[in-house]
Amino acid sequence: MKTHLLVVLLALLSADVACSQGALPNITLRDLDGNIVQTGSLDNEGKPILICFWATWCSPCKKELNTYAELYADWQKETGVKIYAVTVDDQRTVGSVAPYVNGQSWEYEILLDTNKQFQQALGVTAPPHTFLIDGQGKIVWQHSGYMAGDEEEVYKELLKLKS
Amino acid sequence: MCFSPLFSWILAVCLFIVPAILRSQETSPGHSGTEPPRGQLHGNFQVIWQQYNEDSLIGAIVPPPKTAMNAYGNFNYTYGNFSAGMRFESYMDAILGYSAQNRFQGTGIGFRYAQYKNEQLDITVGNFYEQFGMGLTLRSYWEPFLGIDNALDGIRVIATPRKGITAKAIYGHQRLAFENRLINADGIIRGLDGEIQLNDLIPALSESKTRVSLGGSYVSRFQEGGLLEKDTLLLELPANVGTYAGRLQVSHGPFRFMGEYSEKINDPSADNGYIYRTGRGIFLTANYSKKGFGITAMAKSIDNLSFRADRDLKLFDVPINYIPAITRQHTYNLAATLYPYATPFTGEASIMGELFYNFKKETPLGGAYGTQISLNVAAANSLDTTRISGVDGLVNGYEMNSLGFGPVKYVRDVNVEIRKKFSKKLSGAFTYYYLEFNTTVTPVTNDFKGLLFADIQVLEINYKFNSKNNIHLEFQALQTEQDKGDWATIVAEYTFSPHWTFAIIDQYNYGNINPDKRIHYLFGTVGYINGGNRLAIGYGKRREGVFCIGGVCRAVPATNGFEITLTSSF
Repeated sequence: MKTHLLVVLLALLSADVACSQGALPNITLRDLDGNIVQTGSLDNEGKPILICFWATWCSPCKKELNTYAELYADWQKETGVKIYAVTVDDQRTVGSVAPYVNGQSWEYEILLDTNKQFQQALGVTAPPHTFLIDGQGKIVWQHSGYMAGDEEEVYKELLKLKS
Repeated sequence: MCFSPLFSWILAVCLFIVPAILRSQETSPGHSGTEPPRGQLHGNFQVIWQQYNEDSLIGAIVPPPKTAMNAYGNFNYTYGNFSAGMRFESYMDAILGYSAQNRFQGTGIGFRYAQYKNEQLDITVGNFYEQFGMGLTLRSYWEPFLGIDNALDGIRVIATPRKGITAKAIYGHQRLAFENRLINADGIIRGLDGEIQLNDLIPALSESKTRVSLGGSYVSRFQEGGLLEKDTLLLELPANVGTYAGRLQVSHGPFRFMGEYSEKINDPSADNGYIYRTGRGIFLTANYSKKGFGITAMAKSIDNLSFRADRDLKLFDVPINYIPAITRQHTYNLAATLYPYATPFTGEASIMGELFYNFKKETPLGGAYGTQISLNVAAANSLDTTRISGVDGLVNGYEMNSLGFGPVKYVRDVNVEIRKKFSKKLSGAFTYYYLEFNTTVTPVTNDFKGLLFADIQVLEINYKFNSKNNIHLEFQALQTEQDKGDWATIVAEYTFSPHWTFAIIDQYNYGNINPDKRIHYLFGTVGYINGGNRLAIGYGKRREGVFCIGGVCRAVPATNGFEITLTSSF
């Protein structure tokens, strides 16, 4: 057992320098049309990306994304940000994702994480959870949960990347 | 020991030696300083600690240690194409109600893996989670809130020989329990899955608006056979049991369809009363949506499709496949936790329809900010079957008359929601539910067995004082003449963005026919969030109930006491 703990400790130490600002893990997801998307290849031509984990059964997630939807056009104009809304709906509710998204008139890129592999690879405990990725692909900010007003924090972080 | 020496070696190579070598290469001339670092560590921690007080009125008991704790930490390290990780788990003891079969005990490593992935090949050794198609043949997943972990332990290979073709092969044991280390069930699971994306494979279709993918899977379980004595018969238990499925996904502009058909052969089990009947399942989903409008239709007929790594186990133990419930996953407390529906292991026939519509801004019904409505109707019944008598009946149980509804009503769930923003500060929603719920089929209560009728109303109000301060109120009411009678619930949550949240929930069983049971279940929480970290401290009474995710539910006993939850993502 001591050997195993040593292995893990060494691994963590080795990770320390390289991982101060991680990149996205490369997980295979689908979009709404069944096309394969590799999360390691998500790109916004050097502009920031927001990754928002959500589900059709998660009230605060829907509040968060409905709030961002009202601000999205302004955010895009000012910072060029692109939002990927990654749903963790499983097979029970994933059929309702496209109707919900269109019903709300969301303009986000939608990715389906049906078996939560991307969620787990990023260490997300539960949605909502938001990550901000800079133009170089580094995760520069994250936030667990959503409460009204958090969009101000997101906006501040987006402006920091612009400056 | 948790790891074999071989696995320790692989883990050491992937976690330490390879990153060290590759990092040394990073400093070589020519490395771009603007590229993201290739080494990444992601993971999370969660600790849930509960303290228990005795409360005979609500039936809350105190276990001998008086407190309980669930904790885990996940570490996923990736360097270029290599990744490896582990989960450290600790249950001292597991929180009350976490596992009826006591499957979570002690402290140790419950999940570990090493993986190599490039564009064409993805190989994992150790533990992994996987889903084939819609899950009718295979779904291994982790749901820590529910106490479900049926991780596979073995090897998985995913090959993408060319764009548009994906093939997967898995071979392994399945996690049954955690007792200071990972405990796997005896059964060996073998599986193959293939999928073709026609638009990627055929250049002439690459620009087509119609996207089509076809897939198929086969999963087999090996478990020592034996003899089964049934009445006057002596039957042989099959050692190898197979299940297979075919699926189709089509999308064309606003229209999307997904369907899977599966069969399972020769699987006498505790779930089906040890009959040999072939299991069959069909699961169809279609939806149409465009800006401001969406509609979904879903149909399922599931007959004897429960499939486990051990034929003698039941409930949450080692399910190989996944049969989701047909009803919407409700979010408001009374609707979500009093009568949540889950598909019975023997099967069901069910349909669901859903509509979303957004009344545009500046229209009579939309007002200044628009109005959203949603309607959801779900129904599930028993299968349309006839019992077989005699020897054939002992072996095969029953025969299907049609894929349609049988005579026993399992659930009817009709709900409509109207959501509206009135001003920049004020928004609200009203939801109404009509429920018919068979508590014999989905045993969520011991106080009433039969078909229960309930109406639920929920009024939600959000008021934003300014950019940081917000109050969220919910007034919920449930009326039923059965079970525990009427309930009312009030939720009040004050948030101070981005860090603080204060919440109180009071569930009042005012309609209980026993006046002594007309109890207020009051629970208060203070939460602090900072980035990826969250701390919540709660105190109060929580009623006996059912906690569900994805149609899988666990019973939660009544408790009275403190709870502290700490989660951290990195």
